[in-house]
Amino acid sequence: MDLNFSAEDIAFRDEVRAFIRDSYPAHLNGKIDEGEELSKEDFLSWHKVLAAKGWIAPAWPTEYGGTGWTSVQRYIWSEETARADAIRLMPFGLSMVGPVIYTFGTPEQKAKFLPRILSGDDWWCQGYSEPGAGSDLANLRTKAERFTGEDGKEYYRVNGQKTWTTLAQHADWGFFLVRTDPTVKAQEGISFLLIDMKTPGITVRPIITLGGEHEVNEVWLEDVIVPVENRVFHENKGWTCAKFLLAHERTGIAGVAASKRGVERIKNIARAELDEGEMLLANPFFKRKIAELEVDLSALEFTELRTLAGESSGKGPGPESSLLKIKGTEIQQRITELALEAAGHYGAPYYRGFGEGDNEHPIGPDYTHRTAPTYFNVRKTSIYGGSNEIQRNIIAKMVLGL
Amino acid sequence: MDFNTTDEQSMLRDTVARYLADTYSFDNRMKTVHSGKGWNPAVWKAFAEELGILGAPFSEAHGGLGGGAVENMIVMEEIGRALVIEPYLPTVVIAGGALKATGGALAEAVIPEIIAGNAIIAFAYAEPQGRYNLADLRTTAKRDGAGYVLNGHKSVVYSAPYATHMLVTARTGGSQREAAGVSLFLIPANTKGVVRRDYPTVDGSAASEVYFENASIGADCLIGAEGESFPLLEQIVDEATAAVCAEACGVTRVLHATTLDYAKQRKQFGKAIGEFQVIQHRLVDMFMEVEQAVSITLMATLKLDTAERGQAVSAAKAKVGKAAKFVGQNAVQIHGGIGISNELAVGHYFKRSTMIESQFGSVDHHLRRYEKLAID
Repeated sequence: MDLNFSAEDIAFRDEVRAFIRDSYPAHLNGKIDEGEELSKEDFLSWHKVLAAKGWIAPAWPTEYGGTGWTSVQRYIWSEETARADAIRLMPFGLSMVGPVIYTFGTPEQKAKFLPRILSGDDWWCQGYSEPGAGSDLANLRTKAERFTGEDGKEYYRVNGQKTWTTLAQHADWGFFLVRTDPTVKAQEGISFLLIDMKTPGITVRPIITLGGEHEVNEVWLEDVIVPVENRVFHENKGWTCAKFLLAHERTGIAGVAASKRGVERIKNIARAELDEGEMLLANPFFKRKIAELEVDLSALEFTELRTLAGESSGKGPGPESSLLKIKGTEIQQRITELALEAAGHYGAPYYRGFGEGDNEHPIGPDYTHRTAPTYFNVRKTSIYGGSNEIQRNIIAKMVLGL
Repeated sequence: MDFNTTDEQSMLRDTVARYLADTYSFDNRMKTVHSGKGWNPAVWKAFAEELGILGAPFSEAHGGLGGGAVENMIVMEEIGRALVIEPYLPTVVIAGGALKATGGALAEAVIPEIIAGNAIIAFAYAEPQGRYNLADLRTTAKRDGAGYVLNGHKSVVYSAPYATHMLVTARTGGSQREAAGVSLFLIPANTKGVVRRDYPTVDGSAASEVYFENASIGADCLIGAEGESFPLLEQIVDEATAAVCAEACGVTRVLHATTLDYAKQRKQFGKAIGEFQVIQHRLVDMFMEVEQAVSITLMATLKLDTAERGQAVSAAKAKVGKAAKFVGQNAVQIHGGIGISNELAVGHYFKRSTMIESQFGSVDHHLRRYEKLAID
């Protein structure tokens, strides 16, 4: 057991650090610090830099375009990108549908989709949740009926409604869970379809969330025609892909490196804010909350490192990753709570963004502008990706055998 | 960066675990507890001779296994699992750690005696007014000819009733809570003027109030430089705190496993109580606390020889202290009535986990220390 990086790891860290310093798009600087909403172009500008370098998908097998990094190198990568306040990458292609396609897809699907996920040419969205299928995802109703077209080829006709579809307004493609057999047990009649979002019959409608953002959408599907070759894995076996994807989604979800930067940001706010004539960070009650947050974050970091060590010795991401999801999201939420608390009165002014042509500075110090919207927005983390209550069900069943 | 144990470390864990599983049953432990002696010398002899674990953290030159903090963590976790009351912590981890750090004639003489199982060393550091402040000392060691004369009162000295030696903190200078002037002595337990009031502890051990009444000791009892031992004291207490965290990991793992097993067996309303979601989620929360305690204990152990030692240990003890309370209280709760009877092992694990909460400092103490060291 050893906490020190090897000479090779230190050289790698220096290489990564220099690359980020030299190549991170300048127009993105400060966007994380101020909690700015990011445009499609923002997301893609960093994505394309990494794609050009070949560093866009460290977790993928090398044969599909992964970097072949060790778990320690991947840890260094996430630390360094967080340290530089680099924006996050959209997970829908890289962390979700990509691994499903290279694990379950046909050679044709791999050849068609994987390169465009890596390059950023295709923006993906996730068609999972429905109005009647949240935590009880298997209860989904969107149906896909198979038929033979006039051209003699096989198709699905898809009808239904998806919801909470993140950034579907930008999406070129979506991966959808649909019901292909309504007569069997819920989990056994689901298929996993890749749908071109330009297909006639798809309507994307915005849902505005508590922070005022347009981040999620309703997606309506009316007689959407999908070729059968866009189905991943067997018909009615989509639940296997869905479960695989959820476990994959959960491993990165702890967000330790980003939370460390989040704690640093709150401490900076609390050094700038005054309380009884002293910096807020000197208030023993506030300071105690920071201390407890840091302690919990250390415990989470070493839990993640233990999990990574287990993965590098051959264990895939298992149900233990539910622990990382629960504790990681709780910490993310506490960070936004404390930032808002530190902002004091200036959490209240409604911030509309500092748009083109604005010549008046928004109300209050810069670091307060998005504390309330961010706090409101981050309530999502304990709900999405399988709510934290569902994660407890998973641990109870899969780890504790209850 | 590497989180795997070496083959030797895995073997050490297996050896200790197998011996304790075979011989240190709950019934056997309770026989020792009820004997009133506070320990079972036969177990200690086996630790020394059959298992060789009393040499785990010492160099091969001294006859040890050449290990260090990770070996102590491994042994202490197994000690926690079996609820061992024999004095590995004060003798090997604490006194051994002090001797290893200082070296010299005393170390050369005493370390082999520790490894052989002949030296049993109690750690007399706490005082009634001092709570968790290691420098808050009224015990004095005054120069007297070639040696020193000790006067003072040490609180709740675990293992003192049967120890051969005591590791004592005393002031050779400075004022009551000052770091300067703190000295460390390793004295024979039968020194004239060392008066004990012995008693059992709630967690199955034996301890003493120790009074020094003009106890004369030789100059050769001094460990480290006179009046300059506070940094060494902090170091060995940090090492001890990490070791107690490891013990807590073992204790809470058993508390969780026992409770999980019970929830699968115990039927109410016509089904196992583990089928109720409220119980399932409680058991999951306990599981997460244990896993995080294990993680942060690993962090503290691996940072013991870095500049972040103090803040890492205090972070760990704060987290582990909370975990010990949460897991212990909920283990009793889920057991229901039987959880509060003295007959089941679970209650005794709960008692030990409760004492660990404050051993070497409570959650509040360690959060405050963490703040001082890490937040500015």
